[in-house]
Amino acid sequence: MVNGINLALQFLDSFAFIVLAAAGLAIIFGIMGVINLAHGEFILIGAYTATLSVTQLGLPLVVAMVVGGLVTGLFGILTERVIISGAWPNWVSQRTLGRDIIEPLYDRLADSMVATFGLSLILTQGTRIAYGNSIDGLSTPFGPIEYGAFSYSTYRIVLAGVSIGLLLATYYLFTRTDFGMRARATIQDKETAQAMGVNTERMYMLTFGIGSALAGLTGALFAPVITMRPTLGDQFLVESFVAVVVGGPSVVLGTALSGGVLGAILAVFSNLYGTFIGRIALLVAALVALRFLPDGITGFIEQLQKRRQESE
Amino acid sequence: MSTDSANGEANRSLPGRLRSRFEGPNTIGESRGFWVGFLVAVAALAVYPLFGDGSQLSLFMVLALLGLSLSVVWGYSGVLSFGQVVFFGIGAYTFGVVSINFATPGGITGAVVAGIVGGGVSAAILGYFMFYGGVRDVYVTIITLVSTIVLHTFMAQTAGSEWAIGEAALGGFNGMPDIPLLTLGVGGASYQFIYNPFPMRIIGIGAVEISPFYYLVLVLLVGAYLGLRALVNSDYGRVMVAVREDEDRTEMFGYNVTRVKLVVFTLGGALAGLSGVLYAARNVYIDPTVFSLLFATLPVIWVSIGGRKSLLGAIVATLAVEYLRISMAGELALVLLGALLLVTILVLPGGFVPWVHQRIVKARVGPGDSNGPDVPDAPEVSD
Repeated sequence: MVNGINLALQFLDSFAFIVLAAAGLAIIFGIMGVINLAHGEFILIGAYTATLSVTQLGLPLVVAMVVGGLVTGLFGILTERVIISGAWPNWVSQRTLGRDIIEPLYDRLADSMVATFGLSLILTQGTRIAYGNSIDGLSTPFGPIEYGAFSYSTYRIVLAGVSIGLLLATYYLFTRTDFGMRARATIQDKETAQAMGVNTERMYMLTFGIGSALAGLTGALFAPVITMRPTLGDQFLVESFVAVVVGGPSVVLGTALSGGVLGAILAVFSNLYGTFIGRIALLVAALVALRFLPDGITGFIEQLQKRRQESE
Repeated sequence: MSTDSANGEANRSLPGRLRSRFEGPNTIGESRGFWVGFLVAVAALAVYPLFGDGSQLSLFMVLALLGLSLSVVWGYSGVLSFGQVVFFGIGAYTFGVVSINFATPGGITGAVVAGIVGGGVSAAILGYFMFYGGVRDVYVTIITLVSTIVLHTFMAQTAGSEWAIGEAALGGFNGMPDIPLLTLGVGGASYQFIYNPFPMRIIGIGAVEISPFYYLVLVLLVGAYLGLRALVNSDYGRVMVAVREDEDRTEMFGYNVTRVKLVVFTLGGALAGLSGVLYAARNVYIDPTVFSLLFATLPVIWVSIGGRKSLLGAIVATLAVEYLRISMAGELALVLLGALLLVTILVLPGGFVPWVHQRIVKARVGPGDSNGPDVPDAPEVSD
């Protein structure tokens, strides 16, 4: 029985980790067709900002986390303007050279990966130069809860709650609000959306900002439980990419479902055989999923729905 | 351009026919000037160790083979593999394991073959699951990237004594030392290539010692370049490029796109495996950093900067970027490398070498230069 509780807690933990790690990446990929390989470094920015806000400025933890998210969101908007859409450099080059120098990276998947990888190199090494190989971390808040002979970190349970809350908020934002409608219109048909008066450029910019802010918030939320070093983004990379691949085209639902499935796999295998086998199981699960569901879980669901509609 | 084709028509001698095998729409450098420059560059590389540090350049040339393998997979077939180092590393480790267990000249020669086959087979297995599983575009990239990370985690935890294959301990983070010196041949008819200075008397310079390994790598690199050039300009190469440009349309024409991708991916894996073998042989040591994220992205950086649709670009950029990276081994090196990559992708998406080539072609076809013979220069190869 106790083992069951252990497993459930570990599942919640893996679920929260995967969902939080993947959410920002999934939004940017799903809506803009841009793979952000600097995703791990955006998480890094959030984590460092939150930690430094607490240790250097003395902000309360919750405020520091919000600051972490906001700073990363602003950084994301800057990245979008300068690198992804090239709007600002092109504004300058239009006035000096009379032509654009940067072609937007929207829907140029490979190029967007390589370009954002360049950014990630700069950010990782820049962090190392600015702050050294590590900074003082935060202590984990709330302390442990005890049950029987076992204890478990309360904060990790809180993280699971927060991840579900973030998923719900994102779902609400993209399905129930005016902004979400415009964003979805932009994904489905950019030209028509423009014709209907949607400022698609601004949609892209805001979407990238929101995705980045989520990444930053992830970093801030995990700041108290991970080591603060310049390469901390790497540990989020595998889980987030696998989750996006397995999730498929529908951003929020896909992330939630793949978080559930992969979280279960990760929890069971890590619990039985250790962290390394857990990761291997994750990769194997992704390979199997891609072998049989090339469009991910939500792509499969969409197919089922289509088939049912056709048969009616 | 017109002068080039006129030259090609007129020149049906043996070198002309030989040249035509290596020329076609898929590579740059079709002029006589290019080939003169190419020979000059190879000759320069051949005499370089007499004046400079050949051992470092041999490392860069080993890595250029890895760059070539990515160029043919990504630039010519449109499959961005972020995991070329997987096959590189598997090749290196296979070579290490086999050669430690069979440390005779024949065994080491076999280990070289095993390393190449290991790289090719692992690429074939991964490629089979991906391409026949319908994995496309960026998902291929993500899966190869994830395999790199998983392999890094795996090799890093093989420190215990239970992680040994025969007499070769994998060694975890500490790596696998004491790889036997690279020897090719069987029994008495063999030659040892590493740390084996070959004394030579050159007129005007005097007695010098040259490294046979350097020349082995140079020959392999030139061979791989010419071989791949012939491949991408053959009928098969045209299909590869068609797959890159439009998979669905190529499929409509009756080509087996999946198989083409698998074959090219396997070939790329084998070439990466060869590169890994030479890397392990040169360092007589191999450790899991070859699977690290940074190392995994280096080939992508080389190929992007040089021009992914250019084999020559892969080689030139590998040599140039690695030289830069080693010579400014400070903290800022990675920042500058990232910035260089970023700026190249944004401003010069085709890469440097094709851009330089375009400049040269433009300058040559420019007004007032319609009847002159080919200018015997080719800066593409000289840097």
